Amino acid sequence: MTFTSPQKIVLEVLYLKTNKNWSDIISTVEFNHTGELLATGDKGGRVVIFQREPESKNEPYNQGEYNVYSTFQSHEPEFDYLKSLEIEEKINKIKWLPQQNAAHSLLSTNDKTIKLWKVTERDKRPEGYNLKDEEGKLKDLSTVTSLQVPVLKPMDLMVEVTPRRIFANGHTYHVNSISVNSDCETYMSADDLRINLWHLAITDRSFNIVDIKPANMEDLTEVITASEFHPHHCNLFVYSSSKGSLRLCDMRASALCDKHSKLFEEPEDPSNRSFFSEIISSVSDVKFSHSGRYMLTRDYLTVKVWDLNMETKPIETYQVHDYLRSKLCSLYENDCIFDKFECAWNGSDSVIMTGAYNNFFRMFDRNTKRDVTLEASRESSKPRAILKPRRVCVGGKRRKDDISVDSLDFTKKILHTAWHPTENIIAIAATNNLYIFQDKVNSEMH
Amino acid sequence: MGEEEGLHQTQLLDTMFVRGLKRKCFDGEEDIEGTLAGFKAIPSYNLQRQSLLDMSLVKLQLCHMLVEPNLCRSVLIANTVRQIQEEMTQDGTWQMINTQSAGQTSLDRLVSTDILCRSSKEQAEGKLVPVYSTFTKDCEGTQSQDNSEIMSTVTSPQVPKNLQSNMWEMENPQENRGNFQKSLDQIFETLENKSPNTVEDLFSEVDNSYYDLDTVLTGMMSNTKMGHCDLETFPSQTSTNSKSNCKSDLNELDHIVEILVES
Repeated sequence: MTFTSPQKIVLEVLYLKTNKNWSDIISTVEFNHTGELLATGDKGGRVVIFQREPESKNEPYNQGEYNVYSTFQSHEPEFDYLKSLEIEEKINKIKWLPQQNAAHSLLSTNDKTIKLWKVTERDKRPEGYNLKDEEGKLKDLSTVTSLQVPVLKPMDLMVEVTPRRIFANGHTYHVNSISVNSDCETYMSADDLRINLWHLAITDRSFNIVDIKPANMEDLTEVITASEFHPHHCNLFVYSSSKGSLRLCDMRASALCDKHSKLFEEPEDPSNRSFFSEIISSVSDVKFSHSGRYMLTRDYLTVKVWDLNMETKPIETYQVHDYLRSKLCSLYENDCIFDKFECAWNGSDSVIMTGAYNNFFRMFDRNTKRDVTLEASRESSKPRAILKPRRVCVGGKRRKDDISVDSLDFTKKILHTAWHPTENIIAIAATNNLYIFQDKVNSEMH
Repeated sequence: MGEEEGLHQTQLLDTMFVRGLKRKCFDGEEDIEGTLAGFKAIPSYNLQRQSLLDMSLVKLQLCHMLVEPNLCRSVLIANTVRQIQEEMTQDGTWQMINTQSAGQTSLDRLVSTDILCRSSKEQAEGKLVPVYSTFTKDCEGTQSQDNSEIMSTVTSPQVPKNLQSNMWEMENPQENRGNFQKSLDQIFETLENKSPNTVEDLFSEVDNSYYDLDTVLTGMMSNTKMGHCDLETFPSQTSTNSKSNCKSDLNELDHIVEILVES
């Protein structure tokens, strides 16, 4: 599909955040349920939480800016002595819990261990103790002549993050996704071969709900690549596989959900068949729509929208970078073909977004069928600058500013993207830079 | 192979595979070569396919010393290898390659393709060298895992001339594997028993029709030495005479038997 008419989506750069250290390759990005907080995880095991500044009339240009709220070390590198292997501290996924009190909670996971963190604010402290003085030293009791009631006095805001639960030893293989259930009591974690169900308050046991490990590992031909709970039905979840299939499972049907309730699979296109067909059909991410009616999947070359009511094929397919189809062998050689791109819905489920190479990311408007390619780069991201649509030329006519396929930088990949739950604000992770863009034209959803 | 060379080759491969795909029939070869008569120096589909196979095998063998390799990636590569092998067997090009390559120099290639060497019976089963040995290193999979590792490192001293000749235990029908496993099971059982006649028990019921216990234990020893990178060293192993391997490990073998006897 080629779109030449003016793009409907226009994004303005709002804020740019950068990290310089190599270990700060951002590995996950996630907005919380209100969009007020944005969490990022990096390869060094750190989590950085950004908070959106409240809009104020005094400083209209600062409205909606995200500033650092808290930074903490979530995971440390570990060594598995039994296998003589290192366990990376890289944060694979962060998921926020729905807020139930003044504190915020999030789950963060590396390859093996999931942790529940509680984020609290402290902006008052008690003063006027009877037994201790201001520095905390015990008072000489003989000097105490009267009793006072300690009062709370304001102080500089302090954000405290504490680990509340550590869910360890649940996974033999690498955890690729976590998803909080709509019941707000349980969550699931999926690795390459198994999915476990945990209760948020119980760390010493988990319930295995999917197990696709064959009796003989030599028979292994398919792994789990992503999974997610349905946003409204607490009994439903979906998981995707390396063969490009999606399985919707109902936990009411049986304790072990190895038998799917629905299998979503698109038959292979025989005209496009190659040795790489299976690899490029592997689903790297699956996301339910906010409505719960649809699923969005990303494989190497496309994003697809599936209707939960139709298992035979997706209802929409969008080409992300079809010009790579003739380059698959090179991409196989340099391992790029195994890159796992994520995908995202906007708040109204009308626009979908995913990353690509050369720091490009793509957005597809499901209603107008228009799409746009944008770039997250330092050069084109001055504050307030409007992002210019980019184009990759495959051959034939080349316009000014077009990029040819051969000059694409495959080391600059946008794997992790997130969309604000209600507004048109997006967070793009480009290696060790985080870009936050906001829609200038429409502050409401299309 | 030089990196530039490799890149150039894969660019050609890209072109090849785009075209080659649509004519994936048994007689597709002629069509492709005919169509590409205009192109200069484009290797044949078979050669490109072989190149892809070799690339895939190298990818499978490279393992990260410190961190557990990506299981999804390994599975996808292994499936690709299996797919190529199946097509090559159907095409009958499997035979061609085997007869063409002769001598020590092409031994590595022979070995790598022999991994996929199947009798027509096994083709349907689609078994593959256990490249997942690293991943079976969990408590539950211990026994089968050890079997896998042993099988992947065992070599036979003779170079198979016949396509069907047996180089890897994997090629045997299911029952052979069962026997082998049974032998190993017995070994482990006996170790646990800690009876004074351990050594006799060890050797009494082992089925010698496929493997020397020597070779098995040699495999175990070299396996423990290599740690997790079994596959990484297998090409070098296959190119050296395994008899010398046995000799060099005889001391260790004695040492093991000593330990077994004492337990």
